[in-house]
Amino acid sequence: MFGCFKKLIAFLIQILFVLVAPFIAVRKVWLIVAEDNGYILKVSNLGVKLQNQILLDNISFNAKKGTTLAILGPNGAGKTILLKTLLNLVPHTGSIEWTEKVKIGYVPQYVAVSDIPMSVREFLSIGNGVDIENSLKKVRLNDNSILNKRLGVLSGGQLRRVLIAWALNDNPNVLLLDEPTTGVDMDSEEPIYLMLNDIKKTQKITIFLITHNIHIVQEYADDLLALNKCLTFCGPAAEIAKPDIQRQIYGETVCVETIRGET
Amino acid sequence: MLDTTFYSLILSIFVGVATGYLGSLMVLEKMALVGDALSHVALPGLAIGISFHFNPFLGAFVFLFVSAAIIWHIQRVTKISFEALVGAMFTLALAIGILLYGTHLEDLENALFGDISQVTLLSTVGAAAACVIAIILTKIIYNKLVLAMISEDLAISKGINVARTNLLYLFLVSVVVAIGIQIVGTLLVGFLVIVPAIAAKNLSSHMRRYSWLSAVFGAIAGFSGVFLWSTFGFGIAFPGPLVVFVGIAIFAITAIINWRLKLTS
Repeated sequence: MFGCFKKLIAFLIQILFVLVAPFIAVRKVWLIVAEDNGYILKVSNLGVKLQNQILLDNISFNAKKGTTLAILGPNGAGKTILLKTLLNLVPHTGSIEWTEKVKIGYVPQYVAVSDIPMSVREFLSIGNGVDIENSLKKVRLNDNSILNKRLGVLSGGQLRRVLIAWALNDNPNVLLLDEPTTGVDMDSEEPIYLMLNDIKKTQKITIFLITHNIHIVQEYADDLLALNKCLTFCGPAAEIAKPDIQRQIYGETVCVETIRGET
Repeated sequence: MLDTTFYSLILSIFVGVATGYLGSLMVLEKMALVGDALSHVALPGLAIGISFHFNPFLGAFVFLFVSAAIIWHIQRVTKISFEALVGAMFTLALAIGILLYGTHLEDLENALFGDISQVTLLSTVGAAAACVIAIILTKIIYNKLVLAMISEDLAISKGINVARTNLLYLFLVSVVVAIGIQIVGTLLVGFLVIVPAIAAKNLSSHMRRYSWLSAVFGAIAGFSGVFLWSTFGFGIAFPGPLVVFVGIAIFAITAIINWRLKLTS
Protein backbone atom coordinates (compact mmCIF):
# COMPACT_ATOMS: atom_id res chain seq x y z
CA MET A 1 0.00 0.00 0.00
CA PHE A 2 2.77 2.42 1.00
CA GLY A 3 4.84 1.44 -2.06
CA CYS A 4 1.91 2.27 -4.27
CA PHE A 5 1.67 5.71 -2.67
CA LYS A 6 5.37 6.31 -3.19
CA LYS A 7 5.02 5.38 -6.85
CA LEU A 8 2.15 7.84 -7.21
CA ILE A 9 4.23 10.67 -5.68
CA ALA A 10 7.13 9.83 -8.01
CA PHE A 11 4.76 9.89 -10.96
CA LEU A 12 3.35 13.28 -9.95
CA ILE A 13 6.85 14.74 -9.57
CA GLN A 14 7.71 13.37 -13.00
CA ILE A 15 4.63 14.98 -14.54
CA LEU A 16 5.51 18.30 -12.84
CA PHE A 17 9.03 18.09 -14.24
CA VAL A 18 7.72 17.33 -17.71
CA LEU A 19 5.46 20.37 -17.57
CA VAL A 20 8.13 22.76 -16.36
CA ALA A 21 11.00 21.51 -18.52
CA PRO A 22 10.05 23.19 -21.84
CA PHE A 23 10.60 26.58 -20.24
CA ILE A 24 14.13 25.84 -19.27
CA ALA A 25 16.13 26.13 -22.47
CA VAL A 26 18.79 23.47 -22.38
CA ARG A 27 21.65 24.21 -24.76
CA LYS A 28 23.66 21.26 -25.89
CA VAL A 29 27.08 21.21 -24.31
CA TRP A 30 29.64 19.93 -26.75
CA LEU A 31 32.68 17.96 -25.81
CA ILE A 32 35.59 20.37 -26.00
CA VAL A 33 39.09 19.07 -26.57
CA ALA A 34 42.12 21.33 -26.20
CA GLU A 35 44.40 20.01 -28.95
CA ASP A 36 43.91 21.46 -32.40
CA ASN A 37 45.81 20.84 -35.64
CA GLY A 38 43.63 23.00 -37.87
CA TYR A 39 40.85 20.46 -37.43
CA ILE A 40 37.48 21.50 -36.09
CA LEU A 41 36.01 18.00 -35.93
CA LYS A 42 37.46 14.59 -35.26
CA VAL A 43 35.19 11.59 -35.71
CA SER A 44 36.41 8.11 -34.90
CA ASN A 45 34.72 4.72 -35.13
CA LEU A 46 31.30 6.30 -35.36
CA GLY A 47 28.45 3.80 -35.51
CA VAL A 48 24.68 4.30 -35.58
CA LYS A 49 22.22 1.47 -35.15
CA LEU A 50 18.47 2.06 -35.04
CA GLN A 51 15.91 -0.72 -34.59
CA ASN A 52 18.57 -3.37 -35.20
CA GLN A 53 19.56 -1.85 -38.53
CA ILE A 54 23.09 -0.62 -39.05
CA LEU A 55 22.86 2.87 -40.56
CA LEU A 56 26.48 3.97 -40.10
CA ASP A 57 29.38 1.61 -39.54
CA ASN A 58 32.84 2.46 -38.25
CA ILE A 59 33.16 5.97 -39.72
CA SER A 60 36.36 7.90 -38.99
CA PHE A 61 37.33 11.25 -40.49
CA ASN A 62 38.58 14.72 -39.62
CA ALA A 63 37.26 18.05 -40.89
CA LYS A 64 39.48 21.11 -41.35
CA LYS A 65 38.38 24.43 -39.97
CA GLY A 66 37.00 26.88 -42.52
CA THR A 67 36.59 24.35 -45.34
CA THR A 68 33.69 22.75 -47.15
CA LEU A 69 33.32 19.01 -46.72
CA ALA A 70 31.02 17.42 -49.27
CA ILE A 71 29.17 14.24 -48.35
CA LEU A 72 28.27 12.02 -51.26
CA GLY A 73 26.50 8.68 -51.48
CA PRO A 74 23.45 6.83 -52.80
CA ASN A 75 20.00 7.16 -51.18
CA GLY A 76 19.90 5.39 -47.84
CA ALA A 77 23.69 5.59 -47.46
CA GLY A 78 23.35 7.38 -44.11
CA LYS A 79 24.21 10.94 -45.19
CA THR A 80 21.33 12.62 -43.34
CA ILE A 81 21.88 10.36 -40.32
CA LEU A 82 25.52 11.48 -40.24
CA LEU A 83 24.47 15.14 -40.04
CA LYS A 84 21.87 14.35 -37.37
CA THR A 85 24.51 12.47 -35.40
CA LEU A 86 26.80 15.50 -35.58
CA LEU A 87 23.87 17.52 -34.20
CA ASN A 88 23.59 15.02 -31.38
CA LEU A 89 20.04 14.06 -32.38
CA VAL A 90 20.79 10.35 -32.76
CA PRO A 91 22.29 7.87 -30.26
CA HIS A 92 25.65 6.58 -31.47
CA THR A 93 28.80 4.67 -30.60
CA GLY A 94 32.33 5.93 -31.19
CA SER A 95 33.41 9.50 -30.64
CA ILE A 96 32.62 12.92 -32.05
CA GLU A 97 35.06 15.58 -30.87
CA TRP A 98 34.76 19.25 -31.72
CA THR A 99 38.14 20.92 -31.12
CA GLU A 100 36.58 24.24 -30.13
CA LYS A 101 33.25 25.55 -28.86
CA VAL A 102 30.97 25.22 -31.84
CA LYS A 103 27.65 26.75 -32.68
CA ILE A 104 25.90 24.78 -35.39
CA GLY A 105 23.47 26.09 -37.99
CA TYR A 106 21.38 23.41 -39.67
CA VAL A 107 19.39 23.41 -42.92
CA PRO A 108 17.27 20.24 -43.16
CA GLN A 109 16.30 18.85 -46.55
CA TYR A 110 12.60 18.82 -45.89
CA VAL A 111 10.53 21.47 -44.14
CA ALA A 112 6.74 21.66 -43.87
CA VAL A 113 5.87 25.28 -44.58
CA SER A 114 3.15 25.12 -47.23
CA ASP A 115 0.25 25.24 -44.80
CA ILE A 116 1.61 27.57 -42.12
CA PRO A 117 0.50 31.22 -42.23
CA MET A 118 3.90 32.54 -41.16
CA SER A 119 5.66 35.43 -42.87
CA VAL A 120 9.36 35.42 -43.72
CA ARG A 121 9.86 38.23 -41.20
CA GLU A 122 8.24 36.19 -38.42
CA PHE A 123 10.25 33.07 -39.31
CA LEU A 124 13.55 34.94 -39.29
CA SER A 125 12.77 36.63 -35.99
CA ILE A 126 12.31 33.35 -34.09
CA GLY A 127 15.18 33.65 -31.63
CA ASN A 128 16.17 36.97 -30.21
CA GLY A 129 17.92 40.15 -31.25
CA VAL A 130 18.05 39.34 -34.94
CA ASP A 131 18.87 41.99 -37.54
CA ILE A 132 16.48 40.68 -40.18
CA GLU A 133 17.48 42.94 -43.06
CA ASN A 134 21.12 42.10 -42.53
CA SER A 135 20.42 38.37 -42.55
CA LEU A 136 18.52 38.78 -45.84
CA LYS A 137 21.53 40.56 -47.33
CA LYS A 138 23.80 37.70 -46.27
CA VAL A 139 21.84 35.29 -48.47
CA ARG A 140 21.51 37.91 -51.25
CA LEU A 141 17.79 38.42 -51.02
CA ASN A 142 17.91 42.14 -51.69
CA ASP A 143 14.22 42.82 -52.11
CA ASN A 144 12.79 43.48 -48.65
CA SER A 145 9.21 42.98 -49.88
CA ILE A 146 9.84 39.26 -49.45
CA LEU A 147 9.64 39.79 -45.66
CA ASN A 148 5.87 40.13 -45.73
CA LYS A 149 5.34 37.05 -47.89
CA ARG A 150 4.07 33.80 -46.46
CA LEU A 151 6.71 31.03 -46.30
CA GLY A 152 4.41 28.76 -48.31
CA VAL A 153 4.35 31.01 -51.40
CA LEU A 154 8.14 31.37 -51.78
CA SER A 155 9.88 29.77 -54.75
CA GLY A 156 12.20 26.81 -54.06
CA GLY A 157 15.30 29.00 -54.32
CA GLN A 158 13.90 31.76 -52.10
CA LEU A 159 12.85 29.22 -49.44
CA ARG A 160 16.33 27.65 -49.39
CA ARG A 161 17.93 31.09 -49.00
CA VAL A 162 15.55 31.97 -46.18
CA LEU A 163 16.37 28.67 -44.44
CA ILE A 164 20.09 29.36 -44.81
CA ALA A 165 19.56 32.89 -43.45
CA TRP A 166 17.75 31.40 -40.46
CA ALA A 167 20.58 28.94 -39.84
CA LEU A 168 23.06 31.85 -39.95
CA ASN A 169 21.01 33.91 -37.49
CA ASP A 170 22.97 33.25 -34.32
CA ASN A 171 26.38 33.45 -36.03
CA PRO A 172 27.28 29.77 -36.16
CA ASN A 173 30.82 28.62 -36.95
CA VAL A 174 29.62 25.35 -38.43
CA LEU A 175 26.89 24.95 -41.06
CA LEU A 176 25.24 21.60 -41.82
CA LEU A 177 23.43 21.64 -45.16
CA ASP A 178 21.28 18.68 -46.20
CA GLU A 179 20.94 19.02 -49.98
CA PRO A 180 20.57 22.82 -49.88
CA THR A 181 19.31 22.93 -53.46
CA THR A 182 16.33 20.60 -52.99
CA GLY A 183 13.49 22.03 -55.07
CA VAL A 184 15.79 24.46 -56.87
CA ASP A 185 16.08 24.52 -60.66
CA MET A 186 19.48 23.91 -62.25
CA ASP A 187 20.14 27.53 -63.19
CA SER A 188 19.53 28.71 -59.62
CA GLU A 189 21.70 26.02 -58.01
CA GLU A 190 25.06 27.55 -58.87
CA PRO A 191 24.31 31.02 -57.37
CA ILE A 192 23.38 29.40 -54.07
CA TYR A 193 26.73 27.57 -53.89
CA LEU A 194 28.59 30.74 -54.91
CA MET A 195 26.82 32.54 -52.09
CA LEU A 196 27.69 29.76 -49.61
CA ASN A 197 31.31 29.96 -50.71
CA ASP A 198 31.37 33.69 -49.96
CA ILE A 199 29.73 33.20 -46.56
CA LYS A 200 32.31 30.52 -45.76
CA LYS A 201 35.18 32.89 -46.58
CA THR A 202 33.86 36.07 -44.96
CA GLN A 203 32.56 34.45 -41.79
CA LYS A 204 35.15 31.65 -41.50
CA ILE A 205 32.50 28.96 -41.29
CA THR A 206 33.07 25.24 -41.71
CA ILE A 207 30.46 23.74 -44.04
CA PHE A 208 29.25 20.14 -44.18
CA LEU A 209 27.31 19.68 -47.38
CA ILE A 210 25.24 16.74 -48.61
CA THR A 211 24.90 16.70 -52.37
CA HIS A 212 24.43 14.33 -55.31
CA ASN A 213 26.05 16.66 -57.82
CA ILE A 214 29.65 15.75 -58.76
CA HIS A 215 30.11 19.10 -60.46
CA ILE A 216 29.27 20.90 -57.18
CA VAL A 217 31.73 18.66 -55.32
CA GLN A 218 34.50 19.55 -57.79
CA GLU A 219 33.81 23.28 -57.85
CA TYR A 220 32.83 24.16 -54.30
CA ALA A 221 34.09 21.50 -51.89
CA ASP A 222 37.56 21.18 -50.42
CA ASP A 223 37.21 17.65 -49.15
CA LEU A 224 34.97 14.75 -49.97
CA LEU A 225 33.43 12.03 -47.87
CA ALA A 226 31.75 9.22 -49.78
CA LEU A 227 29.42 7.05 -47.76
CA ASN A 228 27.57 3.83 -48.15
CA LYS A 229 26.89 2.97 -44.53
CA CYS A 230 30.67 2.73 -44.19
CA LEU A 231 33.20 5.13 -45.70
CA THR A 232 33.96 4.44 -49.37
CA PHE A 233 36.23 7.44 -49.87
CA CYS A 234 37.73 10.22 -47.79
CA GLY A 235 40.11 12.77 -49.27
CA PRO A 236 40.51 15.92 -51.37
CA ALA A 237 37.41 16.77 -53.40
CA ALA A 238 39.41 17.14 -56.62
CA GLU A 239 40.10 13.39 -56.56
CA ILE A 240 36.53 12.79 -57.68
CA ALA A 241 37.72 13.50 -61.24
CA LYS A 242 39.91 10.38 -61.22
CA PRO A 243 38.26 7.32 -62.76
CA ASP A 244 39.68 4.90 -60.17
CA ILE A 245 38.30 7.01 -57.32
CA GLN A 246 34.91 7.09 -59.03
CA ARG A 247 35.09 3.32 -59.37
CA GLN A 248 35.89 3.14 -55.67
CA ILE A 249 32.81 5.24 -54.83
CA TYR A 250 30.28 4.05 -57.38
CA GLY A 251 31.60 0.59 -58.14
CA GLU A 252 32.34 1.66 -61.72
CA THR A 253 33.23 4.78 -63.71
CA VAL A 254 30.42 7.26 -63.97
CA CYS A 255 29.73 8.32 -67.51
CA VAL A 256 27.92 11.62 -67.27
CA GLU A 257 27.52 11.94 -71.04
CA THR A 258 25.46 8.80 -71.53
CA ILE A 259 22.39 7.68 -69.71
CA ARG A 260 22.95 4.42 -67.95
CA GLY A 261 20.27 1.76 -67.59
CA GLU A 262 19.07 0.42 -64.25
CA THR A 263 21.65 -1.75 -62.55
CA MET B 1 -31.41 33.50 -13.43
CA LEU B 2 -30.09 36.83 -14.66
CA ASP B 3 -26.87 36.12 -12.79
CA THR B 4 -26.42 32.75 -14.45
CA THR B 5 -26.89 34.32 -17.88
CA PHE B 6 -24.42 37.07 -17.08
CA TYR B 7 -21.80 34.61 -15.83
CA SER B 8 -22.23 32.34 -18.80
CA LEU B 9 -21.80 35.30 -21.17
CA ILE B 10 -18.54 36.23 -19.44
CA LEU B 11 -17.44 32.60 -19.46
CA SER B 12 -18.24 32.24 -23.16
CA ILE B 13 -15.84 35.08 -24.00
CA PHE B 14 -12.96 33.56 -22.04
CA VAL B 15 -13.63 30.08 -23.40
CA GLY B 16 -13.94 31.44 -26.96
CA VAL B 17 -10.61 33.28 -26.75
CA ALA B 18 -8.81 30.29 -25.22
CA THR B 19 -10.20 27.63 -27.59
CA GLY B 20 -9.63 29.92 -30.57
CA TYR B 21 -6.04 30.66 -29.60
CA LEU B 22 -5.05 27.08 -28.71
CA GLY B 23 -7.07 25.77 -31.65
CA SER B 24 -4.98 27.84 -34.06
CA LEU B 25 -2.05 25.52 -33.30
CA MET B 26 -4.19 22.41 -33.43
CA VAL B 27 -5.37 23.22 -36.96
CA LEU B 28 -1.78 23.86 -38.12
CA GLU B 29 -0.62 20.56 -36.66
CA LYS B 30 -3.21 18.89 -38.91
CA MET B 31 -4.81 17.68 -35.71
CA ALA B 32 -8.11 19.49 -36.20
CA LEU B 33 -10.12 16.30 -35.90
CA VAL B 34 -7.97 15.22 -32.99
CA GLY B 35 -9.24 18.24 -31.09
CA ASP B 36 -12.79 17.22 -31.88
CA ALA B 37 -12.36 13.57 -30.94
CA LEU B 38 -10.43 14.47 -27.80
CA SER B 39 -13.42 16.39 -26.47
CA HIS B 40 -15.51 13.21 -26.48
CA VAL B 41 -12.93 11.49 -24.31
CA ALA B 42 -14.20 13.72 -21.50
CA LEU B 43 -17.51 11.84 -21.33
CA PRO B 44 -16.60 9.16 -18.77
CA GLY B 45 -14.92 11.82 -16.64
CA LEU B 46 -18.12 13.84 -16.54
CA ALA B 47 -20.08 10.71 -15.64
CA ILE B 48 -17.75 9.82 -12.77
CA GLY B 49 -17.94 13.39 -11.50
CA ILE B 50 -21.74 13.28 -11.48
CA SER B 51 -21.92 9.82 -9.85
CA PHE B 52 -19.43 10.62 -7.09
CA HIS B 53 -20.62 14.20 -6.54
CA PHE B 54 -17.53 16.19 -7.38
CA ASN B 55 -17.14 18.82 -10.08
CA PRO B 56 -17.77 16.91 -13.33
CA PHE B 57 -15.47 19.27 -15.24
CA LEU B 58 -12.59 18.26 -13.00
CA GLY B 59 -13.38 14.67 -13.93
CA ALA B 60 -13.54 15.67 -17.59
CA PHE B 61 -10.16 17.40 -17.36
CA VAL B 62 -8.50 14.42 -15.67
CA PHE B 63 -9.85 12.04 -18.30
CA LEU B 64 -8.82 14.36 -21.12
CA PHE B 65 -5.28 14.81 -19.89
CA VAL B 66 -4.71 11.20 -18.91
CA SER B 67 -5.88 9.94 -22.30
CA ALA B 68 -3.88 12.64 -24.08
CA ALA B 69 -0.78 11.63 -22.11
CA ILE B 70 -1.37 7.93 -22.88
CA ILE B 71 -1.80 8.69 -26.58
CA TRP B 72 1.30 10.91 -26.52
CA HIS B 73 3.32 8.12 -24.94
CA ILE B 74 2.07 5.29 -27.21
CA GLN B 75 2.65 7.49 -30.24
CA ARG B 76 6.23 8.18 -29.21
CA VAL B 77 7.01 4.55 -28.54
CA THR B 78 5.18 2.83 -31.41
CA LYS B 79 5.03 5.59 -34.05
CA ILE B 80 1.39 4.66 -34.77
CA SER B 81 -0.27 7.75 -36.22
CA PHE B 82 -1.72 10.20 -33.76
CA GLU B 83 -5.15 10.37 -35.42
CA ALA B 84 -5.56 6.59 -35.38
CA LEU B 85 -4.79 6.43 -31.65
CA VAL B 86 -7.14 9.29 -30.84
CA GLY B 87 -9.85 7.58 -32.90
CA ALA B 88 -9.45 4.35 -30.91
CA MET B 89 -9.30 6.19 -27.57
CA PHE B 90 -12.33 8.28 -28.45
CA THR B 91 -14.59 5.31 -29.17
CA LEU B 92 -13.32 3.50 -26.08
CA ALA B 93 -14.09 6.53 -23.91
CA LEU B 94 -17.52 6.89 -25.50
CA ALA B 95 -18.29 3.24 -24.73
CA ILE B 96 -17.12 3.61 -21.11
CA GLY B 97 -19.07 6.84 -20.79
CA ILE B 98 -22.34 5.32 -21.96
CA LEU B 99 -21.74 2.34 -19.65
CA LEU B 100 -21.25 4.70 -16.69
CA TYR B 101 -24.29 6.82 -17.42
CA GLY B 102 -26.47 3.70 -17.45
CA THR B 103 -30.01 4.94 -17.35
CA HIS B 104 -29.34 8.53 -16.22
CA LEU B 105 -29.90 9.85 -19.69
CA GLU B 106 -30.67 13.45 -18.72
CA ASP B 107 -27.15 13.76 -17.27
CA LEU B 108 -25.75 12.39 -20.51
CA GLU B 109 -27.75 14.99 -22.37
CA ASN B 110 -26.17 17.80 -20.35
CA ALA B 111 -22.71 16.38 -20.96
CA LEU B 112 -23.29 16.12 -24.69
CA PHE B 113 -24.85 19.51 -25.23
CA GLY B 114 -23.55 21.66 -22.37
CA ASP B 115 -25.19 22.93 -19.23
CA ILE B 116 -24.81 26.58 -18.36
CA SER B 117 -27.61 26.61 -15.80
CA GLN B 118 -25.06 25.53 -13.16
CA VAL B 119 -22.59 28.38 -13.78
CA THR B 120 -21.79 30.29 -10.57
CA LEU B 121 -19.61 33.31 -9.80
CA LEU B 122 -16.91 31.07 -8.34
CA SER B 123 -16.82 28.66 -11.28
CA THR B 124 -16.74 31.59 -13.73
CA VAL B 125 -13.78 33.22 -12.01
CA GLY B 126 -11.97 29.87 -11.74
CA ALA B 127 -12.60 28.99 -15.38
CA ALA B 128 -11.60 32.47 -16.59
CA ALA B 129 -8.35 32.30 -14.61
CA ALA B 130 -7.58 28.84 -16.03
CA CYS B 131 -8.23 30.15 -19.55
CA VAL B 132 -5.92 33.13 -19.03
CA ILE B 133 -3.13 30.92 -17.67
CA ALA B 134 -3.56 28.47 -20.56
CA ILE B 135 -3.33 31.35 -23.07
CA ILE B 136 -0.20 32.82 -21.46
CA LEU B 137 1.59 29.46 -21.30
CA THR B 138 0.61 28.69 -24.89
CA LYS B 139 1.96 32.06 -26.00
CA ILE B 140 5.31 31.19 -24.41
CA ILE B 141 5.60 27.88 -26.28
CA TYR B 142 3.84 29.03 -29.49
CA ASN B 143 6.98 29.66 -31.55
CA LYS B 144 8.61 26.45 -30.34
CA LEU B 145 5.59 24.44 -31.46
CA VAL B 146 5.48 26.15 -34.85
CA LEU B 147 9.19 25.57 -35.37
CA ALA B 148 8.70 21.89 -34.53
CA MET B 149 5.90 21.75 -37.13
CA ILE B 150 8.21 23.21 -39.79
CA SER B 151 10.93 20.71 -38.93
CA GLU B 152 11.25 18.67 -35.77
CA ASP B 153 15.00 18.21 -36.30
CA LEU B 154 15.45 21.95 -36.66
CA ALA B 155 13.64 22.54 -33.37
CA ILE B 156 15.59 19.84 -31.52
CA SER B 157 18.87 21.17 -32.91
CA LYS B 158 17.99 24.52 -31.30
CA GLY B 159 17.72 22.82 -27.93
CA ILE B 160 13.92 22.58 -27.84
CA ASN B 161 12.52 19.47 -26.16
CA VAL B 162 9.77 18.85 -28.71
CA ALA B 163 8.15 15.86 -26.99
CA ARG B 164 7.77 17.69 -23.70
CA THR B 165 6.56 20.88 -25.31
CA ASN B 166 3.89 18.84 -27.12
CA LEU B 167 2.82 17.21 -23.86
CA LEU B 168 2.49 20.59 -22.18
CA TYR B 169 0.39 21.78 -25.11
CA LEU B 170 -1.89 18.73 -24.83
CA PHE B 171 -2.26 19.47 -21.11
CA LEU B 172 -3.35 23.04 -21.85
CA VAL B 173 -5.75 21.86 -24.55
CA SER B 174 -7.27 19.46 -22.01
CA VAL B 175 -7.84 22.33 -19.56
CA VAL B 176 -9.49 24.56 -22.15
CA VAL B 177 -11.62 21.80 -23.70
CA ALA B 178 -12.87 20.74 -20.23
CA ILE B 179 -13.98 24.30 -19.58
CA GLY B 180 -15.49 24.66 -23.06
CA ILE B 181 -17.64 21.59 -22.47
CA GLN B 182 -19.61 23.60 -19.93
CA ILE B 183 -20.76 26.06 -22.60
CA VAL B 184 -21.35 23.91 -25.68
CA GLY B 185 -21.02 20.31 -24.46
CA THR B 186 -18.72 17.52 -25.64
CA LEU B 187 -20.46 17.22 -29.00
CA LEU B 188 -19.73 20.78 -30.07
CA VAL B 189 -16.57 21.86 -28.25
CA GLY B 190 -14.46 20.56 -31.12
CA PHE B 191 -16.15 23.21 -33.21
CA LEU B 192 -14.70 25.98 -31.03
CA VAL B 193 -11.24 24.51 -31.47
CA ILE B 194 -11.43 24.14 -35.26
CA VAL B 195 -13.66 26.76 -36.88
CA PRO B 196 -12.31 30.06 -35.46
CA ALA B 197 -8.84 28.93 -36.52
CA ILE B 198 -9.75 28.00 -40.11
CA ALA B 199 -11.74 31.24 -40.42
CA ALA B 200 -8.69 33.20 -39.22
CA LYS B 201 -6.48 31.29 -41.66
CA ASN B 202 -8.61 32.64 -44.51
CA LEU B 203 -7.52 36.18 -43.63
CA SER B 204 -3.92 35.69 -42.53
CA SER B 205 -0.56 35.66 -44.23
CA HIS B 206 1.30 35.96 -40.96
CA MET B 207 1.23 34.26 -37.61
CA ARG B 208 0.40 37.17 -35.32
CA ARG B 209 -2.75 38.08 -37.15
CA TYR B 210 -3.70 34.42 -37.50
CA SER B 211 -3.47 33.64 -33.80
CA TRP B 212 -5.24 36.73 -32.48
CA LEU B 213 -7.96 36.67 -35.15
CA SER B 214 -8.60 33.05 -34.23
CA ALA B 215 -9.00 34.09 -30.57
CA VAL B 216 -11.31 36.99 -31.52
CA PHE B 217 -13.48 34.79 -33.76
CA GLY B 218 -13.73 32.23 -30.96
CA ALA B 219 -14.89 34.92 -28.56
CA ILE B 220 -17.44 36.33 -31.04
CA ALA B 221 -18.89 32.89 -31.78
CA GLY B 222 -19.07 31.91 -28.10
CA PHE B 223 -20.49 35.22 -26.87
CA SER B 224 -23.02 35.79 -29.67
CA GLY B 225 -24.23 32.20 -29.48
CA VAL B 226 -24.93 32.39 -25.74
CA PHE B 227 -26.31 35.94 -26.07
CA LEU B 228 -28.76 35.03 -28.86
CA TRP B 229 -29.86 31.97 -26.94
CA SER B 230 -30.45 33.84 -23.66
CA THR B 231 -32.30 36.69 -25.44
CA PHE B 232 -34.42 34.87 -27.98
CA GLY B 233 -34.36 31.27 -26.82
CA PHE B 234 -35.34 29.91 -30.25
CA GLY B 235 -37.10 27.10 -28.44
CA ILE B 236 -33.90 25.13 -27.81
CA ALA B 237 -32.60 23.95 -24.47
CA PHE B 238 -28.87 24.60 -25.12
CA PRO B 239 -26.86 27.52 -26.61
CA GLY B 240 -24.48 25.13 -28.45
CA PRO B 241 -26.19 25.09 -31.88
CA LEU B 242 -26.35 28.92 -31.96
CA VAL B 243 -22.61 29.12 -31.21
CA VAL B 244 -22.06 26.82 -34.17
CA PHE B 245 -24.28 28.88 -36.50
CA VAL B 246 -22.50 32.14 -35.62
CA GLY B 247 -19.11 30.46 -36.08
CA ILE B 248 -20.05 29.04 -39.47
CA ALA B 249 -21.32 32.46 -40.55
CA ILE B 250 -17.94 33.98 -39.61
CA PHE B 251 -16.17 31.23 -41.54
CA ALA B 252 -18.35 31.79 -44.62
CA ILE B 253 -17.68 35.54 -44.58
CA THR B 254 -13.91 35.06 -44.24
CA ALA B 255 -13.92 32.46 -47.02
CA ILE B 256 -15.69 34.90 -49.36
CA ILE B 257 -13.31 37.75 -48.40
CA ASN B 258 -10.31 35.52 -49.10
CA TRP B 259 -11.80 34.38 -52.40
CA ARG B 260 -12.35 37.98 -53.55
CA LEU B 261 -9.20 39.61 -52.14
CA LYS B 262 -6.67 36.74 -52.14
CA LEU B 263 -5.32 37.81 -48.76
CA THR B 264 -3.30 34.70 -48.02
CA SER B 265 -1.05 34.70 -51.10
